[in-house]
This record gives sequence, C-alpha cells and structure tokens, in this order.
Amino acid sequence: MTTPIGHRRYPSVGSVQPPAGTWTTPRFVRVVEYHLVGYRRMWRGSIVRIVISPILYLLSMGIGVGSLVDQRGAVDLAGGSYLAFVAPGLMAAAAMQSASAASLYPVLASVKWLRTAYGQVGTPLRPVDLVVGLQAWFAILALAAAIFFTLVLAVFGVVASPLVVLAPLATVLGGLSFSAPLAAWAMSQQDDHKFSVVFRLIVLPMFLLSGVFFPVEQLPAPLEAVAVVAPLWHTIELTRGLTLGTAGMSDFFHVAVLVAYVIAGCLYGKRTYTRRLYP
Amino acid sequence: MDDAGLSVPVAARGLTKTFGSFRAVDDVDFQVQPGEAFGFLGPNGAGKSSTMRMIGCVSPRTAGDLTVFGLDPTRDGSTIRARLGVVPQEDALDVELNVRENLYVYGRFFDLKRSEIRRRTEELLEFTQLTERADDRVEPLSGGMKRRLTIARALINQPDLVLLDEPTTGLDPQARHLVWDRLYRLKQQGATLILTTHYMDEAEQLCDRLVVMDNGRIVDDGSPRALIDRHCTKEVVELRLAATTDLERSAGHLRRDGLEVEVLPDRILIYADDGEAALSFADGVGLRPESALIRRSTLEDVFLALTGRTLVEAG
Ligand SMILES: Nc1ncnc2c1ncn2[C@@H]1O[C@H](COP(=O)(O)OP(=O)(O)OP(=O)(O)O)[C@@H](O)[C@H]1O
Ligand SMILES: [Mg+2]
Repeated sequence: MTTPIGHRRYPSVGSVQPPAGTWTTPRFVRVVEYHLVGYRRMWRGSIVRIVISPILYLLSMGIGVGSLVDQRGAVDLAGGSYLAFVAPGLMAAAAMQSASAASLYPVLASVKWLRTAYGQVGTPLRPVDLVVGLQAWFAILALAAAIFFTLVLAVFGVVASPLVVLAPLATVLGGLSFSAPLAAWAMSQQDDHKFSVVFRLIVLPMFLLSGVFFPVEQLPAPLEAVAVVAPLWHTIELTRGLTLGTAGMSDFFHVAVLVAYVIAGCLYGKRTYTRRLYP
Repeated sequence: MDDAGLSVPVAARGLTKTFGSFRAVDDVDFQVQPGEAFGFLGPNGAGKSSTMRMIGCVSPRTAGDLTVFGLDPTRDGSTIRARLGVVPQEDALDVELNVRENLYVYGRFFDLKRSEIRRRTEELLEFTQLTERADDRVEPLSGGMKRRLTIARALINQPDLVLLDEPTTGLDPQARHLVWDRLYRLKQQGATLILTTHYMDEAEQLCDRLVVMDNGRIVDDGSPRALIDRHCTKEVVELRLAATTDLERSAGHLRRDGLEVEVLPDRILIYADDGEAALSFADGVGLRPESALIRRSTLEDVFLALTGRTLVEAG
C-alpha cells in the first residue's frame, strides 16, 4: 500500500488540518450542522406541525371562543377583540410546548437509548459546544415556526404594529427559556419517570395560567405572583406588545428575565452535560 | 511540525480514577511509545475502559499525572481530542443516518472541509470494506460492519493516536479477522495504537507491548513474548479427565514429582518446557486423561499465573 489511509505517519508531518485551537467558526455551529443532517429525514412531519398548529389554535381559541367572549363584552382586553388578545399568547405557548417536547425525550434518548451524544464527546467539541449547539438548533426550528405563526396572525388580521417583525425573535427567546433549563435537567436524568410530571406540573399550568387566555391580574394574588415569575408570562407580554403595538420600556425587563433563564439553563447544562458525558 | 507531536504519545504516573469510594483505576504507571501498538489486557471490570477514557480526555483523572502528546488532558482536552481517533467500547453511531452521513458529521466535528471529508470518506469506506453500504442506513448493518464504520469514523481526522476499546468483542471470527487485518495495516503504516481486549489472541496478534490489568491495577507489563517467557514455560499440557476424577488429588501426584500444575474447574494444566515429556510423565503416575493437548503457552496462561484466575473466570 502506498498512501497511508486515514492517519498520518507519526510524528506528524505535513499536517493538512490546521492545528486545533485555530477554529474560524464557533464550534457549536458543527452541532447545528449535525442536527440539520438528521432533520433532512424528518422535515415533512415537522413542517406539517409548523403549518397546522397555528391555524388550529387560532380557529378554535380565537374565533370559536373569541366570538362568545366578544358578544358578552365582559372585559376590556388589549387589542380590542378576544382573538387579538389570545393570538400572540398562543404563539408564545406553542413555542413553549415545542421547546419542552424537544428537550426532554430527545435529550435523554441521545444519552440513554440512541447514545448519539457519546459520538460527539471524542471530538474537539467541548461540553459547552454541545449545550449551545443544541439550543442554537432549537432556536432555528423555533424561528421557522414563529415566522409562520406571525404570518398567520397577519392573515387573521390581528397585527396592529410594524414591531410585529420582532415578535418571532421574542417567541424564540421564550422557547429557549424553556429548552435550555429542561435539556440541562433531562441530561441529568437516568430515566423518563419525571418527564410527565414536568408536563403536568410546569408546562400545562403555565399554559393555562400565564396569561394566554386571560390577563394574569384576574388570578388570585398568590397565583399571580407565581405566574409573573414564569418565563411564559414574560414571553407573552413581549409578543403581545409587539403584535398589538403596546410595547414599552417594560419589555426590556421581560427580555432580561428571559435571557437570564436561557443563560442559567446553559450554565446548568454545562454542568449536567459534563457530569453525564465526561464522567 | 508541532513540538507536541514529537513527545511521548501517552505517559501516566500514579494514574487513579475513583467513582465514589470505588477505585476503578488504582495508581497505574505506563508509557506508550510512538508507532507502537500498546494493549491493556484484563477481565471485565479491570479498569480498561476507565483508563482509555482518561487518555481520550472524556473523563477527568482523580489523581496522578497523565500527559497525552505532552499535553494535560484537564487543560487541553479539546486540543488533544483533535488528534485522537477513538473507537469506544460501544459504537455510538447515529443509526438514523446512513454510513456516509455518519462520517460526514463526524468529520465536521473536527472542522474538516467538506471536500476533504468527501475524499477521505471514499478512502476509509474502501479501507473498511463498506463502500457497497455507503448509502445505507446504519441501523440494519451487522455488528461487524458497525464496528468497522466506527473505526472508519475514528480515522477521519487522520489521528496521531488511535484508541480502540475492545475493537472486536461480540464479533464472529470472520468479522474479527477482518478488523484485525485492518488494524494490522494501520500499525504497519506507522500509527500508534492503544487497545484494550480480553482476548489473549487479540493481544498477541496486535500488541507490541501490553500491560495486564486486574482490579484497577497493572500486574505486569512487557511484550507478549516477554510476558510468556517470564511467567510461563514454553509449553502447556491440558489434560481433561473423567468427570468423576478428583482433580486436586491427581494434581497432587504430579506436583510431588516436581511438575508445575494448575487446576481449573474442568481440566488440569501442566507447565513444562517439553510437553511430550510431561505427558508421558503423567501417564507414568497413572493418570488416564480423556483427552490431552500440548500447546504453546499464551497470555491466558500469563494471566492465570499472575492472578490465579483465567480471564473468563475473572470476568
Ligand atoms: N461512570 C461510572 N460510575 C461508577 N462506576 C463506574 C463507572 N464507570 C466504570 N465504573 C466501574 O469501574 C470499574 C471498571 O470499569 P471499566 O469499564 O473501566 O472496566 P473494563 O476493564 O473496561 O471492563 P469491561 O471489560 O467489562 O469493559 C467497574 O467496576 C465499573 O463498574
Ligand atoms: Mg471496558
């Protein structure tokens, strides 16, 4: 055999790759690429979900429930109609649900059942690259979904401000505020026993009580206090303000809270990933 | 090119790994030289994988010194991993992707250019005889093919050092020989290999030098030949006796006459430089074995001599 295959003579001569440490692209981008390659096999199902879910949500909650609420004229809601009030909240809630679903079972699967995560550790990638890479990939998926959702909002006639172009970004940030801590936590789990608890005790109550369907001020005071700590409420306030044109200075506060959730989630993830994958 | 490339690939002193209070790797010393095939031979739970993971910079050491290419895994893990090829004990391929895609995404983790990966992929598929399956999903591939793909994947970055954790465990003999042949070629091309195994034939075939591990400790090291010479006679006579025979008593007869004898659950081993002579001796003391076999000593016998157990029993 003349050409050495798959390795170079030792000690290395004429290395063709730049020595490690001179990466020009941030390393987490490679993790995004990896997910993109896998996604090519399942994008159809995902696209169907992205397209169908906003339409269903808006038809049932906005137009169905909305026509009843508006007839009664019970409360004075932002946006005037119930559809306009509920639609941006539904967009935020949909992002929360996708983010939660994507970061529990798939993350545990990558380390327990499929073991694909172990195929990433013996490479120059570091724990932080795996953490950030996965979240960046989620951000891309969430952005696609949120852009489509915003278009549907426009079609349903609830958009009242040009600031709406920022709504998808706010929604993505809201999604990450779930996926970053949940993925970190999932990585620390030995089995999926507690996953349904997360859905029942965190995701579902937030969906029902964080201001998607009615303003949190309607809640009893202690519950309201809980609701305003929850990331979903901050996301809803943001998307609603941007869509209906009521955004103000307080929105910077909402952004800061969500960013804090994402950063805390990633730091927690760095710990759980390191413990699990580099024992 | 780089200075680190000229230093010792791996050097460990007092290397220790504990999980809680359990010492999985207990104060081991070893050095791997450039271009050699270095082996860890030991039964299940000996601490082979734990050692390999520390070398591979995916598990921090608890105590002791470890350098890989002269660098410290704790500080320079990512830099070291860029120059390693790792075949973990479990494949960890992406079974949803096809063969080619597995190599592609892995190459990208090393920041290789797409065109470079494509070129190397063809070479590596050829080398591991997977060209025909290049566009098939990984899931339905046989165990041997998956193992070969894991090896191909480990070579995509043209590593200076290849770590192989039980490269052929679970493969049928034909598949094992194919893997051995490929590893042998790598070695001939000058690659430095570190492998673990609990097959003594694998260690004998592939390793220039090896350490025998048991319960987290290194019990001896040397070339396969040197280890055999140090701990064993040239030949071994294996006697299988009728199930009713009292093996200990029979062994007693032989020992009294100065033979070195080991009793296993199902047979007696006699260590002797001249197997024929030992066999006729056994005949002389009235032993009537159901079958007798004279063979050369192997690393299996070394392990038995060092630990009092066979590799199979120990696992
Ligand atoms: N992450 C871990 N946590 C706790 N104990 C561990 C961990 N990894 C390994 N061990 C323990 O350390 C010991 C050595 O394990 P190791 O995997 O290194 O052995 P091995 O020689 O590779 O064995 P085998 O031939 O079965 O692969 C075992 O008793 C194992 O249970
Ligand atoms: Mg092992």
